[in-house]
Amino acid sequence: MLDIKNLHAAVNGKEILKGINLSVGKGEVHAIMGPNGSGKSTLSSVLVGNPAFEVTKGEVVYEGKNLLELSPEDRSREGIFLSFQYPVEIPGVSMVNFMRAAVNEHRRYKRLEPLTAGDFLKLMREKRDIVELDNKLAGRSVNEGFSGGEKKRNEIFQMAMLEPKLAILDETDSGLDIDALRIVAGGVNKLKTSENATIVITHYQRLLEYIKPDAVHVLYQGRIIRTAGPELALELEEKGYDWLKTTE
Amino acid sequence: MKPEQQYIDLFAKYENLIRQYSPEVMNRSRTQALESFKRQGFPAGKSEDYKYTNVAQAFAPDYGLNLKRLNIPVNPYNVFHCDVPRLNTLPYFVVNDSFYDGKQLEAGLPEGVYAGGLKNFAERHPQIAGRYYGKAAQIDKGGVIALNAMLAQDGFVLYVPENVVVDRPIQLVHIFRSYVDTMANRRILVIMEPRSQAKLLICDHSIDNVRFLSTEVVEIFAGEGAGFDYYDLEESDVTTTRFASIHIIQEAFSNVLANTITLNNGLTRNNYHIELNGEYAQSTLCGMAILDSEQQVDTYTHITHAAANCTSNELFKNFLNDRSTGIFSGRILVGEGARKTVAYQTNRNLCATRDARMYSKPQLEIYADDVKCSHGMTTGQLDQNALFYLRSRGIPAAEALTMLSIAFTADIVDNVRLDGLKDRLRNLIEKRFRGELASCGEIL
Repeated sequence: MLDIKNLHAAVNGKEILKGINLSVGKGEVHAIMGPNGSGKSTLSSVLVGNPAFEVTKGEVVYEGKNLLELSPEDRSREGIFLSFQYPVEIPGVSMVNFMRAAVNEHRRYKRLEPLTAGDFLKLMREKRDIVELDNKLAGRSVNEGFSGGEKKRNEIFQMAMLEPKLAILDETDSGLDIDALRIVAGGVNKLKTSENATIVITHYQRLLEYIKPDAVHVLYQGRIIRTAGPELALELEEKGYDWLKTTE
Repeated sequence: MKPEQQYIDLFAKYENLIRQYSPEVMNRSRTQALESFKRQGFPAGKSEDYKYTNVAQAFAPDYGLNLKRLNIPVNPYNVFHCDVPRLNTLPYFVVNDSFYDGKQLEAGLPEGVYAGGLKNFAERHPQIAGRYYGKAAQIDKGGVIALNAMLAQDGFVLYVPENVVVDRPIQLVHIFRSYVDTMANRRILVIMEPRSQAKLLICDHSIDNVRFLSTEVVEIFAGEGAGFDYYDLEESDVTTTRFASIHIIQEAFSNVLANTITLNNGLTRNNYHIELNGEYAQSTLCGMAILDSEQQVDTYTHITHAAANCTSNELFKNFLNDRSTGIFSGRILVGEGARKTVAYQTNRNLCATRDARMYSKPQLEIYADDVKCSHGMTTGQLDQNALFYLRSRGIPAAEALTMLSIAFTADIVDNVRLDGLKDRLRNLIEKRFRGELASCGEIL
């Protein structure tokens, strides 16, 4: 589904990613771990086409297409979704209008008719239940005044609305208490099928107790320095990252 | 020749004609207005309050005036349909500066309420007219006010007696319609007696493709405990120049909202003078402008807290595109003895292009203790993070920009206390940002 080859990327002229290689197949869950500043969020930003990041070398093939040539909106319509580490507050844009615009753009891309108001609201209700998102939040401006946990739940709600093929969860667990973590992880698991894939970026093993990865990668100084099964996450939890840095 | 001279000459030549077609209450101050205009002249280009708007230049062209009060060839009730669903207003019309007395709407008003021409009102209630006309917008407060008092011949009056509540919003449509360059001197007088309530919506339109110049002097008197909403929607065009001066005097426990929205214009100067003269008066003053090409809106506000325990809340926003210019100069003066004043002022501006210009000057003068006052100003660009967030959900860049632009205006629209007007404004603002011709009324 996704093939990243020798990916280099820079922000403000400073190279952050220094040759990433990663393959993700249908139905798989990949965890990316690593110390602060190792390039985890840069990788997710590059994959969704954030213009603040510049790809300097390498290629990314997604479903047979050159991903790096697509605009951010087309990547979304092709089925890529990023759950932001820091979801943006947008005062004055209501969640309902935002989601209606997004869902209908996705439908237009697939040459489907826009949803009627009734069908759209029904869809909102169904998907809201997946992450137990309060009806009141759905009536407010995008993320405005939401607590940290509500923002993360709202990300997974949007994911449920857009049904992506490849979901990237960028530190979706940070700032969540145990209950919120369970709800968010439960939401992700409910959306999981044999057809879609997930990349989970996290600092902690905790989230991976809920979302079981098929592979764990350790990112350090812009490169993946270790790939192994889920047991690697436990090992990291116990030993930290230093032992990997030294073996590298 | 100084730009003032043509108006002085005009007055000298046509004084009799002007007087002949005007009510006595307006004639009373004419000579004084002339003297004052001669003394004050137009504000100098270098003066601090008119740094960015060249008044003399705006008044220099030769505009025609309808001093003889020739009949308006059309009946606006037949041709002008202001399409505001769910907003069941009582519509009145002023074409150029003549009140159109085509239809009697008083049947729809509670007893004792007057909405209509100033001339007619002054004949019916000479004492009330005399007590209020020109008392808030004093002639010496500015050259343009003096000029207006010198030349204006009619206007619109809303008079609501004590304890009367007018449920239906009253709408006054100003229409500029002419085949030659035309100047209009407009007056609005609102008298809200104690504990009365009403809402007034003004819409400024320009129909023809000639140059229009208006002076608009608005006086609002809110008696003790009165409630009044003033909505002012300008939808003129690039050939229209407007100098408006809005004066509001509030007594104790009164609550006045003034919300001015400029959707389309040429050059606009809006002056606000608000005096809170009685304790516990509340003032909400807000406005916004959406500007492109070379359009300019220059907003000047002066709120005086003269009594204790009053609240004023001020919010102005400008969305600037192309080579447009926005100016905001806002002063809050908390006088001695105005204890426990609460006064907030906010000015937020977005420059969508490199060539757009915004000049902002917030000022706060406090001469009393125990007050809560703040002012804040920001000028910037649309939030790139928000833009990316919307795009990352599949919304095209252009659409995301439009959504964020509309969002910028949301809190101004939220301040509107008429649901039907709120919906209509959202619709007009969206059309404006999408570049579709937007007008609240349609001329058939």
